[in-house]
Amino acid sequence: MSARLETLKTTLQARLGSRLIGMDEILREVRLEVSAANYLEVMQALRDTPELAFAGLMDLCGVDYATYGGEKGENRPARRFAVVTHLLSIQHNWRVRVRVFAEDDGAPRLPSLFHIWNSANWYEREAFDMFGIFFDGHPDLRRILTDYGFVGHPFRKDFPVCGHLEMRYDPEQKRVVYQPVSIEPREITPRIRREANWGREHA
Amino acid sequence: MPEARNFTLNFGPQHPAAHGVLRLILELEGEVVKLADPHIGLLHRGTEKLVETRAWAQALPYMDRLDYVAMMCNEHAYCLAVEKLLGIEVPLRAKYIRTMFDEVTRLLSHLLSLGTHALDLGAMGIMLYTFREREDLMDVYEAVTGARMHPAYYRIGGVYRDLPDQMSQYQKSPWKNAATLKKVNKNRQGSLLDYLEDFTERFPKCHADYHTLLTDNRIWKQRLVNIGVVSPERALQLGFTGAMLRGSGIEWDLRKKQPYAAYDRVDFDVPVGVNGDSYDRYLVRMEEMLQANRIIRQCIDWLRKNPGPVISDDYKLAPPPHETIHSNMEALIHHFKFFSEGIFVPEGEAYAVVEHPKGEFGIYAISDGANKPYRLKIRPPGFTHLAAMDEMARGHMLADVVTIIGSQDYVFGDIDR
Repeated sequence: MSARLETLKTTLQARLGSRLIGMDEILREVRLEVSAANYLEVMQALRDTPELAFAGLMDLCGVDYATYGGEKGENRPARRFAVVTHLLSIQHNWRVRVRVFAEDDGAPRLPSLFHIWNSANWYEREAFDMFGIFFDGHPDLRRILTDYGFVGHPFRKDFPVCGHLEMRYDPEQKRVVYQPVSIEPREITPRIRREANWGREHA
Repeated sequence: MPEARNFTLNFGPQHPAAHGVLRLILELEGEVVKLADPHIGLLHRGTEKLVETRAWAQALPYMDRLDYVAMMCNEHAYCLAVEKLLGIEVPLRAKYIRTMFDEVTRLLSHLLSLGTHALDLGAMGIMLYTFREREDLMDVYEAVTGARMHPAYYRIGGVYRDLPDQMSQYQKSPWKNAATLKKVNKNRQGSLLDYLEDFTERFPKCHADYHTLLTDNRIWKQRLVNIGVVSPERALQLGFTGAMLRGSGIEWDLRKKQPYAAYDRVDFDVPVGVNGDSYDRYLVRMEEMLQANRIIRQCIDWLRKNPGPVISDDYKLAPPPHETIHSNMEALIHHFKFFSEGIFVPEGEAYAVVEHPKGEFGIYAISDGANKPYRLKIRPPGFTHLAAMDEMARGHMLADVVTIIGSQDYVFGDIDR
């Protein structure tokens, strides 16, 4: 297994080296870091290079790094929105993860992978719906999971878990009405970060 | 001359053949589908956002509610992702228990899929048979966790408890006299493993009955053969996994190719289709049921012979045995810390996959070192399959859409998340 991982890393380095920002091995998984400008080119190469042959796009998701690392913001990336894809090569039986940050935090835009892998279609619609990341060249970029007429991008870190609007049936108007939420967000267990190996000093 | 135009039909969201809350906008020319546009999200609960505000261990029961006919497989993927982040190894007995329950789950899912698929196409009887077998497997779930639908049995570091030594019995009631009681309780006298073994002995006969009812049935074949054909190239391009990919002739099974739990220690075959149509996918699922039965039998054998721990003994990551917390100070502290703060997962990211009954089910977890996930992405198999609905249904008749829905075998719990 680890020999295969080494082969994958060497091949990636040889084939794409100059076009990558970085390549990390995290818990026996390879993660490539690409700039938005090189994104499409690298992805195309990942699919079409026979030694790599990543024929399948298994997953694509948006990530919002706005509150990463808690209040101190340790290791928080410089940019806010990233798109992470997981590729699979059935021929070589290996996987790779590609992370690309959108340049603009206010209106994140990235090129669409739809024309390389058709399976990107709904994943990109989802990332657009949840994080408001625009995908240039996507044939049909509509909201997918949220309600018709929904406002906002719910998976952004500044969107409260309870939302902004609630819906109820109004017996007087005899129809469903939207109104501002009447509940307050509450957190029973606070989010705490601890340094690595905490509590194991005497173990 | 009257103007000829396409007819737009709204299918669902409340339709028994939609397998959940699918709203499908169909554009028809006569009876031929010109465009199928699935509208999803009617069951969207924001699981991925919710678990960002829950401790790592608290997120586990949400996994049951994703694909609610393959509960334990979802839990498995989540546990594998967190265990990868923590860098812990699960006891071997827990691995075997997980393998066994994954296969029980696969049977549950395939049985439901087969029963409802046939029901959609007008074969009423088969559903009654498959649900009879599902009942027995639900009892297995119930015996080990007390819950039939949402067990929350797998834990980070192992499974919640060891397999029980006895099965619950039917009680006397106005509907069950002594003779009936004796009959229904006959296979419940031993342990859970005895009960499950009895099931695996009966199952091949039941399975043969399904074959008799459907496989060479003229109506069944008319409805399935050459419907929703996907070529291997397209299947890869569309991101298909599981039976959808194997039906198109690509031999790809994560249990073989990237083994997890105890799958590298059990013997089984991977069925592969030839034509990539709904009938081949049906045959693949049928054979997978027999293979699942085979794996369960091997796990039962091993579990009988090899007692041992079923959850990690690192009490910073898994709660200590309940008996100890009233007599042991340290156990009490661990218990308190575990259930108040939860566990701390080192900074990093991991993507873990399992061969779910419906395809590749993945969990991509990002941790920033806190007691809660920073981001959790669920990769549901049904999502990509349903995205291909338009391509698969185009050019087919309206009635074939129902075949394709049944053949894609998706569940809205995991598509909408």
